[in-house]
Amino acid sequence: MPDGAPDLATSVLDVRDLKTVFRTRGGEVHAVNSVSFHLERGELLGVVGESGSGKSVTMMSLIGLLPSPPAENRGGQVLLGGRDLLKVTDDELRAVRGAKIGFIFQDPMTSLNPVFTVGNQIMEPLIRHMGLTKAQARVRAAELLELVGISDAAARIDNYPHQFSGGMRQRVMIAIALSCDPDVLIADEPTTALDVTIQAQILELVKGLRQKLGMAIIWITHDLGVIAGIADRVMVMYGGQVVEQAPVKELFANPQHPYTRALLKTIPSLHGKRAARLQVIEGQPPIMTAAPTACAFRDRCAHRFDRCDRENPLRRPIGASHDVACHWTAGGAHA
Amino acid sequence: MLDAAPKMLVQVRDLKMYFPVYTGILRRHTGDVKAVDGVSFDIAQGETLGLVGESGCGKSTVGRSLLRLYEPTGGSVVIDGEDIATLSPEALRRKRPTMQMVFQDPQASLNPRMTLAEIIGEPLVEHGNLSAQDRLRRIYDLMDQVGLNRRFAGRFPHEFSGGQRQRIGIARALALNPKFIVCDEPIAALDVSIQAQVVNLLEDLQDSLGLTYLFISHDLSMVRHIADRVAVMYLGRIAELSPRDALYDRPLHPYAEALLSAVNEPDPLLARRERIILQGDVPSPARPPKGCNFSTRCPRAFARCHTEKPQLSEVEPGRHVACFLYDTTAQAGSTGRPEDPEHNQQGEPK
Ligand SMILES: Nc1ncnc2c1ncn2[C@@H]1O[C@H](COP(=O)(O)OP(=O)(O)OP(=O)(O)O)[C@@H](O)[C@H]1O
Ligand SMILES: Nc1ncnc2c1ncn2[C@@H]1O[C@H](COP(=O)(O)OP(=O)(O)OP(=O)(O)O)[C@@H](O)[C@H]1O
Ligand SMILES: [Mg+2]
Ligand SMILES: [Mg+2]
Repeated sequence: MPDGAPDLATSVLDVRDLKTVFRTRGGEVHAVNSVSFHLERGELLGVVGESGSGKSVTMMSLIGLLPSPPAENRGGQVLLGGRDLLKVTDDELRAVRGAKIGFIFQDPMTSLNPVFTVGNQIMEPLIRHMGLTKAQARVRAAELLELVGISDAAARIDNYPHQFSGGMRQRVMIAIALSCDPDVLIADEPTTALDVTIQAQILELVKGLRQKLGMAIIWITHDLGVIAGIADRVMVMYGGQVVEQAPVKELFANPQHPYTRALLKTIPSLHGKRAARLQVIEGQPPIMTAAPTACAFRDRCAHRFDRCDRENPLRRPIGASHDVACHWTAGGAHA
Repeated sequence: MLDAAPKMLVQVRDLKMYFPVYTGILRRHTGDVKAVDGVSFDIAQGETLGLVGESGCGKSTVGRSLLRLYEPTGGSVVIDGEDIATLSPEALRRKRPTMQMVFQDPQASLNPRMTLAEIIGEPLVEHGNLSAQDRLRRIYDLMDQVGLNRRFAGRFPHEFSGGQRQRIGIARALALNPKFIVCDEPIAALDVSIQAQVVNLLEDLQDSLGLTYLFISHDLSMVRHIADRVAVMYLGRIAELSPRDALYDRPLHPYAEALLSAVNEPDPLLARRERIILQGDVPSPARPPKGCNFSTRCPRAFARCHTEKPQLSEVEPGRHVACFLYDTTAQAGSTGRPEDPEHNQQGEPK
């Protein structure tokens, strides 16, 4: 594949105005509301946001992994190498998923098949998409397992998923996603079940692949420490929308959206004084039964004013590649 | 909790859990994965013991064996005066409501055909005697406590995000007012604010109901917040068991030191302390090293570490370490008894 898409100089992936709705018995759930972002070659984009804010659904929609019904695409474009993934056939999409986009799911137990050995599941895409023979694939699968830090890989390759610990299953998912050297890797909470030393090892591995292969990575996590350590840029989601986006240092130094600020305050520290009680963001997340017509964060925001109830704020640039969707920070009520 | 002699609610002695390994076409039993290999600790009533350590070191297996979700290979687990390992099925059933587990893998523990209210209410139906109305009230209370919107009560598990599902599991574990809860990575899938909310909730419940927790996590900052004492595991054994502040200020075991140094600082602008990068791979628990389990990667290992297994012993008041660097008895000639059961326990019996 030629470097980058011809019409989008350096972007490997460009998502515009993506909208996804679930139709359930209880009515509609507007999980993704006009989400736009792009990803550059070799870049690592961190995605953070409240639980239920639409991080996973956004990523699943853009590679057509949500069953429909109940999921329904209500518009947008997902451009990969000049093609709109929302418009291609199912077969083409499957090929893209196998070879161009690697995906690590949030829930490793449900995404591994319990009746096949771990080895078989790593070998399958190698045989299907990379044209390896069974014997070659087995050797490669063992290498991949070692690469993600599973000792004694040659012996454990014949284990079934339930014989692996939570973190080991997660690493199997990572091995599968990396097996075909994808252009884009989407990692949904890839290291939540991993301890810090193995996490560090995986992060180093991923950084290396990024440099060697120019792989672009989307990394969804709740762990702001991990974000601080590896991301180039960070996108913050709330209520199915992107509310802030900035280079990583800028975001930590100069957070703008009230949600981002609150989020950064909630981290317990490893050093420093131990707080008697942890900070929380008071209030409930929005329930998203309709497309937003007002700011989704307003009920929990200390800076709320009349405009926040009338109008859903759009993202506007406030600095070099830093943008934020907030009436208050846009100067509306600075006083 | 500063009583002179706190009541030990949980007493674990020399717990072992081996999983057999079968190889070849004949599926012959050729060895064992020694997931837990001689672990001993106590948890006082109302205390939180943190359990940390590398992925695959046996934390979940300890948690599961404690509640007898596995039949342990050896050792004893006494909870509230009863040895769990030898209880009859009926006695075990009666004891179940008092000990609960929040699972690492939320998806696997939720029945996909039940609504959220049914899932949370199920233990209430099974073990309680509330009227339908009281039950619903209790379900709503539990949902409030874990931060799930009441309007979600009729939804099915697949309609929730990963973090929301984890909270369903927590609400369910709390339903029967247990005394002892094993929390296996209860917050890994949650965002920081909800993590804080759940941890605050666990602490509130502990204060009001005197709950006791085994808190398994790899999030060392969260463990620092919630745990009173912390056990650091490596490859099926406890490397260090110390009071929280002592451990975080000055870890004694070389593995504990490396582990704490690897934490990501959640602020790219802060200078981090020197990170100790461990060399080499974690050995397989099916073939642990002959000497100390950590000897193959330990930056401070010496000859003895490669031939003998150190036992957990109290090296400073309240601090238990399994490491020859702290062995003061070396010259006293006690080295000839590596499996001495006396030294296999944490300190003196209370
Ligand atoms: N199949 C479904 N039917 C109905 N609603 C759904 C379904 N799947 C997800 N949702 C809803 O969509 C919203 C976004 O979910 P998503 O899984 O993207 O959240 P997330 O940001 O990944 O959260 P987490 O950090 O907890 O994983 C949530 O409110 C969730 O309840
Ligand atoms: N049912 C089983 N059969 C065989 N081996 C098992 C089984 N369950 C666990 N193991 C092995 O026991 C070891 C310890 O697993 P355990 O799940 O306790 O680790 P853990 O410390 O909880 O790790 P994680 O942090 O990744 O969850 C691992 O090597 C695992 O592969
Ligand atoms: Mg998610
Ligand atoms: Mg585990």
